[in-house]
Amino acid sequence: MEILQHLADGFALSLLPLNLAVLLLGVTVGLFIGAMPGLGSVNGVAILLPITFLVPPASAIIFLAAIYYGAMYGGAISSILLGIPGASTAVATTFDGRPMAQKGQAGLALIAAAVGSFVGGTVSVVLFTLFAAPLADVALAFGPAEEFALVLLAFTTFLALGGDDVFKTVLMILLGLVLSTVGLDLISGQPRLIFGDLPGFYSGISFLVLAIGVYGIGEILWTIEQTQHKPQVMPARIRFSELAAGFRALGTSLKAMASGSLLGYFVGMLPAAGATPASLMAYGVAKSTSRKPEQFGKGAVEGVVAPETANNAASTGSLLPMLTLGIPGSPTTALLLGGMVMWGLMPGPMLFIEQPEFVWGLISSLYTANLFAVAINLALIPLFVWSLRIPLPVLSALVLVLCIVGGFTPNQKMHDVWLIAGFGIAGYLLHKLDYPLAPLVLALVLGPLMEKSLRQALIAAQGDVTTFVERPISATFIAIALLLFLLPLIRKLRRHLLPGRAAASSRSSA
Amino acid sequence: MRVAELLTAAFLMGLSVYFMIHAAALPIGWQQGAGPGGGAFPFWLSVMMLVAAGGIFLRQAVGLLAERGSRRPFVSRVALRQVLIVVGSLLAAIALIHLVGAYVAIPLFLVFYLRAMGPVGWRQTTLLALITPVVVFFFFEVTLKILLPKGITEPLFIPLYALFF
Repeated sequence: MEILQHLADGFALSLLPLNLAVLLLGVTVGLFIGAMPGLGSVNGVAILLPITFLVPPASAIIFLAAIYYGAMYGGAISSILLGIPGASTAVATTFDGRPMAQKGQAGLALIAAAVGSFVGGTVSVVLFTLFAAPLADVALAFGPAEEFALVLLAFTTFLALGGDDVFKTVLMILLGLVLSTVGLDLISGQPRLIFGDLPGFYSGISFLVLAIGVYGIGEILWTIEQTQHKPQVMPARIRFSELAAGFRALGTSLKAMASGSLLGYFVGMLPAAGATPASLMAYGVAKSTSRKPEQFGKGAVEGVVAPETANNAASTGSLLPMLTLGIPGSPTTALLLGGMVMWGLMPGPMLFIEQPEFVWGLISSLYTANLFAVAINLALIPLFVWSLRIPLPVLSALVLVLCIVGGFTPNQKMHDVWLIAGFGIAGYLLHKLDYPLAPLVLALVLGPLMEKSLRQALIAAQGDVTTFVERPISATFIAIALLLFLLPLIRKLRRHLLPGRAAASSRSSA
Repeated sequence: MRVAELLTAAFLMGLSVYFMIHAAALPIGWQQGAGPGGGAFPFWLSVMMLVAAGGIFLRQAVGLLAERGSRRPFVSRVALRQVLIVVGSLLAAIALIHLVGAYVAIPLFLVFYLRAMGPVGWRQTTLLALITPVVVFFFFEVTLKILLPKGITEPLFIPLYALFF
């Protein structure tokens, strides 16, 4: 019952008028960002992080988490009405959402998506509440060796589960780590990698500069290149009779909701997986367990509910390792982590002891955010339909201005703005060549922790490398990391040895 | 496509060598009893980067010899024009901020961008170009107290500062 007490204290913080106001604003902005094709939660959080300097740190994080949440709901809107996923996390929603809209059931599809999101969000927040404190307690025993092993483990999940080219993934992780070492050496205090003594590099490369570049400018370039023709917006009106019909139809998709919630939550916790694969997996599971699998792809309600439940559950799931261990479960939570560090709130087990009111305030705000998101989503559907008609040039121009001004704000250096432009162009080119960008951003955020824990552990052990394998928890992490590192290789070998069977099994495990 | 892959891999290989040279400014070896030196972490990561980029390069090069490559263009001509407009106007806007300040550069950028990128009418363009800087001014300068660079237009803002601060 201790948890309930904590949660009540948390609500005392998150229901303050200011926090409630930023929560409402965040959810609404998030819904819009999610609905815009090309912009998802990670872009929204990257672009809007600088403007949160306006409010105290706790409110800022609540705002950003609310954007994260809202964007997960919003992604479904353009998936259904445009047939284009509003964010990569809503790809699976297009499979049945678009056919439903074409059959004239756009309203029903939107209701199903909103309710599915709500169920997924709520189930996962409850799970989150139950797991957070125990996990933080376990993590309290972690020393530098365990921290290093854990970061290593987080990176290797990208190799085993990321699904991208192994060489390119490794390269992006390494590039992120190297970029994170720019600036002053943590231990000796000497400057390094400052590129011919450019003073702008002394303070290092901020995660925000990389994120705004890659997810702001790079994503805009990508969207402009991909959208060469205007998509057609499907009309959608919601009548009360439809609302009732919507809720009745949902009774039949309880199973899809249950599996979507659990799958989403646990897949979401893994750094490499996150909401997009979770929603695809939930779609697959819903299809294979459905009584009418032939309906899928032709406008089945369950086909909308399952991925939407899963992507919301995953977004909560990815917050769990971020808050309790300091290891983000997704690119968006990596940005939240970077933001929290910037405000002096170091995520990890100590946060639960030092700043309990903040931690529980944030957790309790997720309950409220969920409730508001579903209400605002359903109430403002006409507004979202209208906003989908905003021409891309106008939208992209405003985002670019926000990137320039927002990039300048944190450190007030034009140096950062030039870097953002550079990272934006580089990010666009890398994206085009299928280099995964999430590991790059994650590595830049986790780089300092990784190097610090490696060197602290070695200094504590007087330079003895065996410290990483002598401590049981650290050894376990390293063993799993090694296994994940070798997994792509093993898969390849199996494909060579048993061509037919292995191909099928690797597809089911991917 | 293949050429772009090769160029990128080659560029990343060059970048890692460049990082290695710079990282070597600090001790990169093992210091007795204290673990790696200050330059070791970036140095050895750059070495691994070189290997990974080299792997990508070799794989593409082998593919080039074997099947004469995929001849899919890296980017279509129409899209290239748009991407170049965005990149060009963005870089020009940032350069202009140094010279004439954010409050001249941003409207100029908006007018050029909106007219060049798509069918946005003059009325809408003018409206956006006028409203955006005002919103930016009130949000960043008045509320957040963060002064954006103004270049040679700085004197024009002195009466405004007197009014709001």
